Amino acid sequence: MKKRCLSLLLLAGLLCAVLSGCGDSSTAETPESRAAANTIVVGIAQDLDNSLDPHKTVKAGTREVMFNVFEGLMKPTPEGDLTPAIASDYQVSEDRLTYTFTLRDGVKFHNGDTVTAEDAVYSIQRCAAATETGIVPVEAFSNITDIQAPDASTVVITLAQPDNEFLSYMTTAVLPADYDQQDTDPVGTGPFKFVSRAAQDSIVLKKFDEYWGTPAQLDQVTFKIIENADSLLMSLQSGAIDLCAHLTSTQVAQLGEDFDVAEGTMNLVQALYLNNAVAPFDNELVRQALCYAIDKKNILDLAFDGYGSLIGSSMYPAFGKYFDESLTDYYPHDTEKAKELLAQAGYPDGFSMTITVPSNYKPHMDTAQVLVQQLAEVGITAEIQAVEWESWVSDAYTNRQFQSTVVGVDASNMTARALLERFTSTADNNFINYSNADYDALFAQAQATADDAEQTALYKEMEKNLTEHAANVYIQDLADLVAVRKGLEGVTFYPIYVLDLSGIHYTA
Amino acid sequence: MKKQMKQRMNGYLRAGLLLGGVLTALIVLGFFWTPYDPNAMGDAGEKFLAPSFQHLLGTDDFGRDIFSRVLKGAGTTFTIAFCTVAIGAVVGTALGAVTGYFGGLVDEALMRLNDVLTAFPSILLALVVISILGPGNKYNVILALGLVFIPSFARVTRTAFASLRDVNYVKSARLMGASPARILAVHILPNTAHVLLPAVTIGFNNAVLAEASMSYLGIGVTPPDASLGYMLSEAQSLFTAAPWYAVGTGLAIVLLVLSAGLIGEGLQRAERGVM
Amino acid sequence: MKYAAKRIAMLLFTMVIVSLLAFVAFDVISGDPATAMLGTQATPERVAELRAELGLDRPLLVRYGEWLLGFFTGNLGISYSYHQPVWELIAPKVGVTLCLSLLSFVLIAVISVPLGVRSATRRSQGILSGAETLFNQLCMAVPPFFTAILLTFCFSTVLRWFVHGSFPGLGSDFFGSLRYLLFAAVSIAIPRIAMTVRMLRSTIADELGKDYVRTAISRGNDRSGVLRRHVLKNSLVPVVTFLAQTMAEIVAGSIVVEQAFAIPGLGRMLVASIGSRDYPVVQAIIVILAFWVVLAGTVADLINQRIDPRLRLGGGAS
Repeated sequence: MKKRCLSLLLLAGLLCAVLSGCGDSSTAETPESRAAANTIVVGIAQDLDNSLDPHKTVKAGTREVMFNVFEGLMKPTPEGDLTPAIASDYQVSEDRLTYTFTLRDGVKFHNGDTVTAEDAVYSIQRCAAATETGIVPVEAFSNITDIQAPDASTVVITLAQPDNEFLSYMTTAVLPADYDQQDTDPVGTGPFKFVSRAAQDSIVLKKFDEYWGTPAQLDQVTFKIIENADSLLMSLQSGAIDLCAHLTSTQVAQLGEDFDVAEGTMNLVQALYLNNAVAPFDNELVRQALCYAIDKKNILDLAFDGYGSLIGSSMYPAFGKYFDESLTDYYPHDTEKAKELLAQAGYPDGFSMTITVPSNYKPHMDTAQVLVQQLAEVGITAEIQAVEWESWVSDAYTNRQFQSTVVGVDASNMTARALLERFTSTADNNFINYSNADYDALFAQAQATADDAEQTALYKEMEKNLTEHAANVYIQDLADLVAVRKGLEGVTFYPIYVLDLSGIHYTA
Repeated sequence: MKKQMKQRMNGYLRAGLLLGGVLTALIVLGFFWTPYDPNAMGDAGEKFLAPSFQHLLGTDDFGRDIFSRVLKGAGTTFTIAFCTVAIGAVVGTALGAVTGYFGGLVDEALMRLNDVLTAFPSILLALVVISILGPGNKYNVILALGLVFIPSFARVTRTAFASLRDVNYVKSARLMGASPARILAVHILPNTAHVLLPAVTIGFNNAVLAEASMSYLGIGVTPPDASLGYMLSEAQSLFTAAPWYAVGTGLAIVLLVLSAGLIGEGLQRAERGVM
Repeated sequence: MKYAAKRIAMLLFTMVIVSLLAFVAFDVISGDPATAMLGTQATPERVAELRAELGLDRPLLVRYGEWLLGFFTGNLGISYSYHQPVWELIAPKVGVTLCLSLLSFVLIAVISVPLGVRSATRRSQGILSGAETLFNQLCMAVPPFFTAILLTFCFSTVLRWFVHGSFPGLGSDFFGSLRYLLFAAVSIAIPRIAMTVRMLRSTIADELGKDYVRTAISRGNDRSGVLRRHVLKNSLVPVVTFLAQTMAEIVAGSIVVEQAFAIPGLGRMLVASIGSRDYPVVQAIIVILAFWVVLAGTVADLINQRIDPRLRLGGGAS
């Protein structure tokens, strides 16, 4: 028996020895070893669990990463403008119907081939026709009547009608015409090339040496997928991750001294979206009452430690030109006014409602919890229904089976249209069933006009329309908090949801 | 000697009942009254307060009183675990009794089904059932977990019933013309108590832990009505800022399970003592 | 060996039922893969088109038959999400989860069996016994992911014995990976060890209280000899069954613990794939995990039948 005890003790000792190991075993990666190798590990919360073909990408998380791999004829700048990328130059005809792009000399694909005009034509046609399954059609391309490649470095596109925003669609990724492995082994022209993907584990990108522009400063970037927000923090603290975007203020506060925090904006319209076709939200008075009942400032203070920018319509501040600040305080926090409106609408004692929230988005979940508290003050009993993201997409978004929901809506490209078109009564993606004749008319006018200033004014009118009729209870554009390990710098924020790695570098 | 043993055995039972009683009293109290409204959010300055006499377990990231939330959460968890074990034990024992006693084709068929169900790891099965029923709802969690617990009860009782099938007192009861139902319920069931009772306490234990795991994976009970499991997973991301949140919630789970465990232990020993 | 053959046939049958049930169950879940794949870009026409392309518009049984056929020819299908062959996706993860569950199982068996036998045969007295039981009950009461949180905090954040979130991968650094997995295995094993010890103790104690043991010892037989020859042997059946069931619990535990330790195993993949309705992957993982568990059960039954021939099932009974 003594022997048995002894052997148990020995076993326990052995276990300890193995676990502690030789502390820093040679193969274990550390921030120091990565700095020496000029590589970093970036934490991301969502796997790229879909086709990697940029023309098929619907997930913002995938677009964010692959931004480093693909480019179009044009590409967005951090300021929100467009700059020539694969094209070195472009001309627009007098009647604004013909666009002529000249390709940059010697731009290479990651597979070594040179980009030709034919590739550009192929890429645009592929998105216009969208005959291949999974390709996301670009609506604006239905305006194209003709697209030609008169020589190897010229692309000429002819439109049926002038479109002030057409150039922003030229950010569509240019792909090699004769390559069919984009789904799993993507090839583009960006500063980084794709190396490998391990499902639910990691994605590896490597510096592309033959990049035409300013080369990337890092040699290799590994994206580590950590879907669990709780273990994400532990991974940051342990030294497994060097850079991570979209953190919450609470996470940032716990990071410790190893990290710097950069603050940008997420470029989302976060709101309590109301299904305008469902009682009681088919009543404008009720919707307005909700707007008065909510204290946005308090939401920011409670759930976001004060980070974030308040908004009052479907537009965020980063879109400087289109953003109308006066709408933010259109409905000041006023519980009395809210109760009065509810009484007018026939709900003197309030009512019960359900807030559907995709459970994997902590910011929205936190916001919803504060909303429940605030709504209770005016007699409205709100109940949170947490659903998986996939269920949210199919039930709430696609089939519009919901009463209210807290999410953030983003713009797929840098146009006001991307944010505002969805609330026209016939839009496919008008998931809140907003239906307002004035709004539809304003949108039609905005599309018809050739003058940029006039168009901007019309878009602002549309935003005001949404606010006045309280289409949704607008809250904020979330702050994008990025943790960067000390010794690294060069994070650039864009007005769209991307993570540009090309400028990131070690300081020492 | 016997008396002495009995006293010691009752020690566990007494400790378990005492702990269980205090916890149950607190939980019942929590249904009607808590020191603070468990969902009332404080001002920005009231976040992450350390434990004090005002807030026994401190406050969380919304400035909510953690002790009040633990009381409410424990209520949810207790209800779920209790109902789950009830479903599992009743249905499982019935299945185990029938299959163990009769054997033959029924046994074969049901045990195959049982094998199939056992082959799904419990969380996985719960995951599937929850996905079908729709997540977030307390009753769906109970139903899913209850279903998951049936096979283990059936397995345990089946073995017991099978081993008692041919013992003398059962044989004689059969000869005397007792109906199978009577034999199962009156003659065998009481004699499986030594297997069944620990299974119930372990079941309760497992149910609390399974609920915690499910909430951790995000398929359990929905906030703001938190269960202990959900709160613990939330507490993990706040571990550096408010370790008392994780520790307080974790401790609540541990105590709840511990009291059930001690009662089970005490019962088992008392049983053996009587034998 | 007729019994063994029968048991193996049963195993295969069970697996077919498991896979069929999984197939049907996931077909019932609301939300379909086509919608999930198209995300916010879904329109009814595009969904219908994609459903047709994926073959989802055909009857359930036809699809199941096809899957089964593919399975036996080594073709697990193509992942809806990743557009890659399922096997290629999950192969590295099978090894990881297998290692994790084996490690946990070994920890449990190696630690709990001697401990259990010891605590049953050499009853400590008074306070010590109470403390032993209390400690046992405490271990049982700790949720694995709570242990995981504490372990990570102690050994990663503070002591830096391992780097949470950078699992090296079995291929590139086998022993480093095992070490990483060991922390996860410990979280899984602690409550299971306590349960096994408790189970062993009560089983052996029951056996010790039986008349034949008392008689044997009162007749002057050597106590430890009786223990080895009769008591342990007779206590084995429920213990083996219990350990086999433990395998199911380990697999369940690994799903949660993989999440907590950021280990790229089948569990994480499974939860994610259920979320994205990636049926081919879900189906494959379920069948693999279920096979693992059923195999443990079958082995346990075969061992038990060796120990106690009375336990032959159904038609096999004498």
